[in-house]
Amino acid sequence: MKRPIRVVMAKAGLDGHDRGVKVVARALRDAGMEVIYTGVHQTPEQVVETALQEDADAVGVSLLSGAHNYIFPRIAELMREKGMDDVLLFGGGIIPEADVPALAKIGVERIFQPGASLEEITKYVRDAVPKRRGIATGA
Amino acid sequence: MKQKVEPPAQKSAKQRWLEEVYGAAVKRHPERRRRFSTLSDDPIEPVYTAEDLGGFDALRDLGFPGEFPYTRGVQASMYRGRLWTMRQFAGFGSAEDSNERFHYLLSQGVNGLSVAFDMPTLMGRDSDDPLSRGEVGREGVAVDTLRDMEILFDRIPLDLVTTSMTINGPASIVWAMYLAAAEKRAIPLDRLGGTIQNDALKEYIAQREWIVPVKPAMSLVVDTFRFGSREVPRWNTISISGYHIREAGATAVQELAFTLIDGLEYVKWGVDAGLDPNDFVPHLSFFFDVHNDFFEEVAKLRAARRIWAKEIERRYHPKNERALLMRTHAQTAGVSLTAQQPYNNVVRVTLQALAAVLGGTQSLHTNSLDETYALPTKEAVTLALRTQQVIAHESGVADTIDPLAGSYYLEHLTDRMEDGFARYLAEIEKRGGMVEAVEQGYPQREIVESAFHFQQQVEEGEKTIVGINKYATDEEVPIPTLAIDPDVERKQNERLAETRRTRDKERWRSSLEELRRAAKAKGELMPRFLECARAYASVGEQVAVLKEVFGEYHDPGYF
Repeated sequence: MKRPIRVVMAKAGLDGHDRGVKVVARALRDAGMEVIYTGVHQTPEQVVETALQEDADAVGVSLLSGAHNYIFPRIAELMREKGMDDVLLFGGGIIPEADVPALAKIGVERIFQPGASLEEITKYVRDAVPKRRGIATGA
Repeated sequence: MKQKVEPPAQKSAKQRWLEEVYGAAVKRHPERRRRFSTLSDDPIEPVYTAEDLGGFDALRDLGFPGEFPYTRGVQASMYRGRLWTMRQFAGFGSAEDSNERFHYLLSQGVNGLSVAFDMPTLMGRDSDDPLSRGEVGREGVAVDTLRDMEILFDRIPLDLVTTSMTINGPASIVWAMYLAAAEKRAIPLDRLGGTIQNDALKEYIAQREWIVPVKPAMSLVVDTFRFGSREVPRWNTISISGYHIREAGATAVQELAFTLIDGLEYVKWGVDAGLDPNDFVPHLSFFFDVHNDFFEEVAKLRAARRIWAKEIERRYHPKNERALLMRTHAQTAGVSLTAQQPYNNVVRVTLQALAAVLGGTQSLHTNSLDETYALPTKEAVTLALRTQQVIAHESGVADTIDPLAGSYYLEHLTDRMEDGFARYLAEIEKRGGMVEAVEQGYPQREIVESAFHFQQQVEEGEKTIVGINKYATDEEVPIPTLAIDPDVERKQNERLAETRRTRDKERWRSSLEELRRAAKAKGELMPRFLECARAYASVGEQVAVLKEVFGEYHDPGYF
């Protein structure tokens, strides 16, 4: 059974900068994925709940507020608690290069910096989702 | 040429040149691009002549500076009399940190302050609210109660400096705190000058710092119009903003159209609430983005003044001529800055600032080169300010008024902006006005379309961004960035807890009770917010009352 990749695109915290997340959501949808956009001002709990409800393959979180060192770890922690090991977590926005290794360690597999192309992001999601599923199921 | 049989006399001069000279040249040497267009993707012709201006009448369409329809500027002497206000948006960390930055900026020749609040304050949440975690003091300064406002403006002469506050959802609440801070220092309200952004509509359209649903938010705005024109006559009670609309992805035409249509909607709500347009319309100010496309931006600002004057005249025939003046603040385009090769941003900002000045802005903020990374360092802010000072004092562009007037291209673009406005006005009126259009998600969807279209153009190389899709390098030049004290959240929460402990409990309780009663009775709210401020009620506590009475807005998530 092959279904399209399902991606939850999310804005967490009070940050309202949503141009990037919407453009990426549009691009992933145009690339044939099923995209659910949460809208702005979600709590980490709401983001993870949406991903669970929607049976998402991937969760993309956009953060331009400087709260990434609080929000990403919280989302990763909740995903672990819910046993969502097979769900890809990635992000984008204004996230200093210096913070990226620590985020990678807690499970944010990839952070896209300003200037990343839609093509690059689409290709990443398309390749990384089956890879993540494979790792999780041991296939 | 053989197939053309009509005599040359019937061919316009431009047509002749296009066919005989230009056409032949292009056939020999193809142009750099298949198609030329503005940043907003409006097609651009190889050359503009008088033929492109149609029925252009300089006296009617431009007039003179300080005269209807104000295309050439709102003041008679413009920058020859007084330069624009150099107003740098600032605020970060604690009230003490920001106060120190304000004093520094004033010492460097800034003549107006502009406060950036942090996300919790902008969203009407206290620093100790669970949703504020990790965001206190990060994107601006944290203000919970009057206590913070007193520290923020410590030793700043509030009767001499004008202060602009970028605050929307909780604008009335934060403005009341500023007024209360002045009151405590015995400065009369009628001596205070400044602006609150207070533009509810653009929050739903683009910026997303809403609190209550659209219609009650409009009533809160009208309440500040009423209070302001009566009690704080030197204050601009709104800054109707295209900036955020543009940054969210709108084209220049969409920015212009949505902003002016928002403005007309506020005037309508004010008039419907029984206010006299002669009293409150002169206190409405505007705020535009100034992006990379030089001529398009100059045209946008000139067209905006002409459209506003004509629309207000047509609808209300105000006796007070000041009601026709579109006074505007401008800011260079944050969205145009690149993280890659950040020093290039200085050049972008210079060109954008030049467009703002040639467009006749009343005040200007120039972005700093490091703002894609963080809030700016002191050094970066200083360079941004110096950029304005060089334009003002060295370039000579401020020495005569509207020097680009009469350029075929510019006047053509200015007319085209006006046509674009008229198309959007017709569409939005068909939808029942801007409040209805926003509730239908119309401008929101138009903006997403434009943002996506632009991104596609960049990826296909139709639009060039130096350092991104052309002239990119792998070498990263690291630049210094501002670090926010990681302890600011804890310290801010301690101060809030202390204020809660030491304030007069009875006065605090009754101030919030009176606010609730007035909100339910649809009474005047500004006097209530002022009393809440004096009683050290927090932003979050007052917002909770508003949400209880008016409900809460949630993002429909259009994309």
